[in-house]
Amino acid sequence: MSEEKFPEQLAIEKRFPAAVLDWHAQHGDRTLLVERDRILDIARLLKDDLGYNVLLDLTAVDYLPRKPRFEVVYHFMNLSTLVRLRVKAQPDDEHPVVPSLTSLWAIADWYEREVWDLFGVKFDGHPHLKRIMLYEEFKGHPLRKDYPKTKRQPLIGPEN
Amino acid sequence: MSDKRSPTRLVRPDFTDPLRGQVYTTRFDKLLGWARKYSLFQYPFVTACCGMEYMSASAGHYDIDRFGAAFPRFSPRQADVLWVVGTISHKLAPIMKTVYEQMAEPKYVVSFGACASCGGPYDNYATVQGIDTIIPVDIYIAGCPPRPEAVLDGVLKLQQMIQNSKQPWRTTDVIERKPLKA
Amino acid sequence: MNGESKTVVEPYGVERAVPETEAEFRQEEMLLNLGPSHPSMHGIVRIITKLQGELVLDSEVEIGYLHRAFEKSCEATTWNQALIYTDRLNYVSTCINNVGYCLAVEKLLEIQLPPRGQYIRTMLCEVSRIADHLTCVGAAAMELGAFTVFLYMMIAREYCYELIEDYCGARITTNCSRVGGMPFDLSDGWLDKVGWTVGKVRHILKECDILLTYNRIFVDRTKGIGAISKERALQYGFTGPMLRACGVPYDVRKDHPYLIYHQLDWTVPVGHRGDVLDRYLVRMEEMEQSCRILEQCAGKIPGGPVSCDDKQVVLPDKKDTYGNIEGLMNHFKLIMDGHGIRVPAGEVYFSVEAGNGELGFYVVSAPDENSRDGCNGRPWRVRCRPPCLSFVAAMPEMIKGLMVADVVPTFGSINMIGGELDR
Repeated sequence: MSEEKFPEQLAIEKRFPAAVLDWHAQHGDRTLLVERDRILDIARLLKDDLGYNVLLDLTAVDYLPRKPRFEVVYHFMNLSTLVRLRVKAQPDDEHPVVPSLTSLWAIADWYEREVWDLFGVKFDGHPHLKRIMLYEEFKGHPLRKDYPKTKRQPLIGPEN
Repeated sequence: MSDKRSPTRLVRPDFTDPLRGQVYTTRFDKLLGWARKYSLFQYPFVTACCGMEYMSASAGHYDIDRFGAAFPRFSPRQADVLWVVGTISHKLAPIMKTVYEQMAEPKYVVSFGACASCGGPYDNYATVQGIDTIIPVDIYIAGCPPRPEAVLDGVLKLQQMIQNSKQPWRTTDVIERKPLKA
Repeated sequence: MNGESKTVVEPYGVERAVPETEAEFRQEEMLLNLGPSHPSMHGIVRIITKLQGELVLDSEVEIGYLHRAFEKSCEATTWNQALIYTDRLNYVSTCINNVGYCLAVEKLLEIQLPPRGQYIRTMLCEVSRIADHLTCVGAAAMELGAFTVFLYMMIAREYCYELIEDYCGARITTNCSRVGGMPFDLSDGWLDKVGWTVGKVRHILKECDILLTYNRIFVDRTKGIGAISKERALQYGFTGPMLRACGVPYDVRKDHPYLIYHQLDWTVPVGHRGDVLDRYLVRMEEMEQSCRILEQCAGKIPGGPVSCDDKQVVLPDKKDTYGNIEGLMNHFKLIMDGHGIRVPAGEVYFSVEAGNGELGFYVVSAPDENSRDGCNGRPWRVRCRPPCLSFVAAMPEMIKGLMVADVVPTFGSINMIGGELDR
């Protein structure tokens, strides 16, 4: 918290004051923790005004004993300056919902479907949120920390 | 006029008796086994890393064509051997079973690699712990991935198995299947 | 149906209407499933196409048939044990995955390898990259009918595998790197073997170039097919040869340099049309550049240790483990469960240039409730950013308006690897 604020953060704070909850630049990675509801606006600001035109990755992490439990992590990159930025948002624990970025990047479609499939985080505004890695009959979200690794739900065959 | 020696020994043609060395006696079973083992049409159900060793075994360096098992037939109806190469996930298992059921008898299954044989390093919610829980398997080729020499050894063992087993050829023949592992 | 159609009466009385104009042919759309088990689908992917005759109107791609829970498995193993799962991500160029994961964890630990270790890592990565491109181009050419090219490239790939096997003992699932160091030093004669392999690979690349690059059939089947514009490619997050074929010169080795790439002399090939032919040309040229990198590394490699000297991360030499008690205790502390490499809490994103593009590892370390020092012996989350997810997601856009037969070269040029796509 005692480090200098970086320029993207200053620009975001100017447009959306109090949207940035935390920041750090450990190991050289610039990271911002922002308010969940402003994610779409902040992403649009980053893409249109600050030149972060590549969505490198969209994923989630489950920090189970900690509250808030989930963290949705976005990695953006500015192709002209080659600077990377990480933005994180924390949805609720019981019914996690985050605004969807499908209107800005086409690949957000599949990344968000994967996060829904494996973590159970819903994306508001996604055209068709359905499972992508697992089959439709699968119950549960396996990458959550309370899903045991070896709990099997076979479609055919024994539950070996 | 029949030659009582085994058919694999070379016999010099004897020109006094035109049939000498030309007629071999054997059991029909053995003849059919010989024909079937040297003309294996494979259905390569390739999923994962073992596919790379499958490609290496099929290419020029470790040629599998020497053993007659070169031709992949991409329709299960035309194939004899189902090569299950790589990890089978629970999402893919019904499809593998459908492909197996579409194959015509006599059919054999080769489980290629550790993942197909027993789940491999993946003991988790997504992987079938061995395809022999779903379809009966004849040959297991162990390895992660198995070296091409191991693949060729598996092919030779399969050929030996085919030669020594009772060949079904009448439509009324009962085909015995190995039981599934529970 | 407009116009009059002539009715033909068969001798046995079955009436059929014979359409005379093209407009009268009833065109219905057909849903064709290029199913998971398909000869030209490298790995298992399902493409559901809506066809009108042979023209693809729309399509949808379904993936996930090789989901093997890589990320969940890594959370249950220690930092070095998770390496075996990274082998099986892009299983054609495994050394790059291993090195990428190790570099990400080393970024979190803030340690760096000595120069010799970095040179060895670079050489293994480039050999893997050559193997990856050989497999991609060979398999794509085979599906277009050029079986000879496939066989020649498999010969070259065997030489690459032999080189890797000489170093770490395995051809494909190599596990060739460790967090903080390398498991072995180079054997005698390995560097000469690198020179010999490069010569052989160059010879085969020249032969395949003669066979394919100006071949009328190959060019007709690949030029203008599966094209995507630069803007749409960036929308989908393309990286690697696919993006360079569209005209964007982004290469992680040049733009976010790691290991020793910035000390070597090599160039990044860039196309301009973004179609299958450009991707093929970019890959062929990249293999030549990888050969150049290998030759330079083999000439410039320094002596010295191959692992960093941090005792809390790297296993001691065997002569110390079996020779004195300190080495034995060090080995014990690093291997036994509950001890091992302790990584402080934090998160890091590190990317390397894999055969397909930017392979990113987002590694999170968080202390569990029993930890007393705020570190963890196991990863909390290992996320692999798969380069080929972007390409497969863009498939429907790339094959729209093409014929069914054009799906095959397009899919072959993507180099979709199931282990990386579905993880």
